[in-house]
Amino acid sequence: MDRSTSGWRRSSNMSSVSSPKLAACRLAALGDRALVVHLGGRIDPPTFRAIRSLSRRLADQPPAGMLECVPAFTTLAIYYDPLRTSQTELISLVSKLIDTPDSTIETQPRLVEIPVCYGGEYGSDLDFVGQHASLTAPEVIEVHSAADYLVHMIGFAPGFPYLGGMSSKIAVPRRASPRLKIPPGSVGIAGDQTGIYPLETPGGWQLIGRTPLALFLPERDPPTLLQAGDIVRFRPITPEQFRQLAEPSA
Amino acid sequence: MSIRVLRPGLLTTVQDLGRWGMQRFGVVGGGAMDPFALRMANLLVGNDDNAAALEMTLLGPTLHFERDALVALCGGDFRPQLDGHTVPTWRPVFIQPGTTLNFGLATSGCRGYLAVAGGVNVPVVLGSRSTYLHGKFGGHEGRALKEGDCLSIADKSLAVSRSPANWCIGSMMPTYSDSPTLRVILGSEFDWLTNTSQEQLFSAEFEVTPQSDRMGFRLSGPMLELTAPRELISEAVCPGTIQVPADGQPILLMADCATTGGYPKAACVASVDLPLAAQLRPGARLRFSVISLAEAQSLLRERDVDIARLRVGLDFKLSRRDHVANSPHGREC
Repeated sequence: MDRSTSGWRRSSNMSSVSSPKLAACRLAALGDRALVVHLGGRIDPPTFRAIRSLSRRLADQPPAGMLECVPAFTTLAIYYDPLRTSQTELISLVSKLIDTPDSTIETQPRLVEIPVCYGGEYGSDLDFVGQHASLTAPEVIEVHSAADYLVHMIGFAPGFPYLGGMSSKIAVPRRASPRLKIPPGSVGIAGDQTGIYPLETPGGWQLIGRTPLALFLPERDPPTLLQAGDIVRFRPITPEQFRQLAEPSA
Repeated sequence: MSIRVLRPGLLTTVQDLGRWGMQRFGVVGGGAMDPFALRMANLLVGNDDNAAALEMTLLGPTLHFERDALVALCGGDFRPQLDGHTVPTWRPVFIQPGTTLNFGLATSGCRGYLAVAGGVNVPVVLGSRSTYLHGKFGGHEGRALKEGDCLSIADKSLAVSRSPANWCIGSMMPTYSDSPTLRVILGSEFDWLTNTSQEQLFSAEFEVTPQSDRMGFRLSGPMLELTAPRELISEAVCPGTIQVPADGQPILLMADCATTGGYPKAACVASVDLPLAAQLRPGARLRFSVISLAEAQSLLRERDVDIARLRVGLDFKLSRRDHVANSPHGREC
């Protein structure tokens, strides 16, 4: 059976897969230059591994006309040049890759320790988070720095990590009105997510601390401190240590 | 130094066709808002498509040329004048050393592209010379041009170009409307809209609000509603994506948009029509019409064939002129 097209609904830009292995998989066109492969309906470890595996295999043997891949929580977007390849060809390749066992070697995730100076001028919403969670400020720090966080994806801004694994004990709603300027390195909480602002941007997250490390340096290769698949651990530091560790451009 | 900025205009930046391969690091594609106009301007002065040029916005700059240069202005019409004399757009123009090129308010379109033979010489950052304003890198010192800035031009022999250039791009020159209909492909969450809103997306007119920049345009029009409040798990978005946030007023993402987003995607403007969107200014009104993915890609192929044909024609003329002027014109031999 020709798997390349027969299994896909072609009446619209979106398709479903007939392969039993891909029962949950959905494909969607993102404009006329990208194919988005949905590898799961929710954020969980099997979905994460499926995205990693597909992304790694496409990177190992990039098909002609593929421009780049962008992993997200449950999807992998494959950008392509429609003058050099087609959605049909890519779907056929993706189908083959997903249906065959991944023989490439999964590398051990990198553990990246991120020093954070919590509270005070570095994290002015720490007390608010504590009140909301009925915890003291040191308890919030304890909870936040005890967990290992998985970098699901980098997006929104250069080097901005979407981290999974924060304890719901310290979940807190966004600020009612966003701050106009947030200093780079700020560590914040919004809902049940925690993240780090790489650039000075406006933002509505509750700020609990700041890291002296630069998360994004355009002259570095790769340009970001973190990449999808890394494990992040936050280590509390003092304001004095913050000043010592501060990178000149951070 | 070759070009001195006497007045920077409203927002003038160095742009090429953008950064590719960095989106997984959250680094936006960026590049020219109107890549068609940039390619045309580059083509007219004999550059590669991707050479860096100046993108001006609504009010153009005043530039003093300290050396000779071959330039072309494509995109919006900014009424260029050379030492007080009107010069044509969408055509190559030879500039003598010591003259001043002045641009005014755009009388049509919103963004103009000034290509210079050889290209604007700024460092390549993460694979591109484009300015990414939000990230403060690329282009000229990671920012918009300021009064007193000096830009250098990559070397290119101009002997060939001293006689008046008499070619133009003819029928490929677009007309910019302030009430265009843009062709779109349905987005993956189009079905999330109510039937009424699905219909309104293609029957109603939307206005470009003043909250519009290189990252995207906030549109105002009928409130687009979802059948039920639903959250989308963040995934890739791209220029042209039409998002529907909770307030129901759509956002049209443009060149400097984030790499990922969490709002439902109602549709995406076809690449071939994105240049028309780039030329819209606040207050412009637009409509959307739907086409299939196959149609969008076939239009893109046709556009590419047209550009390739034009390039062959111009290269032929350039090489003949080279021959007449006995100039090497950058050929390695």
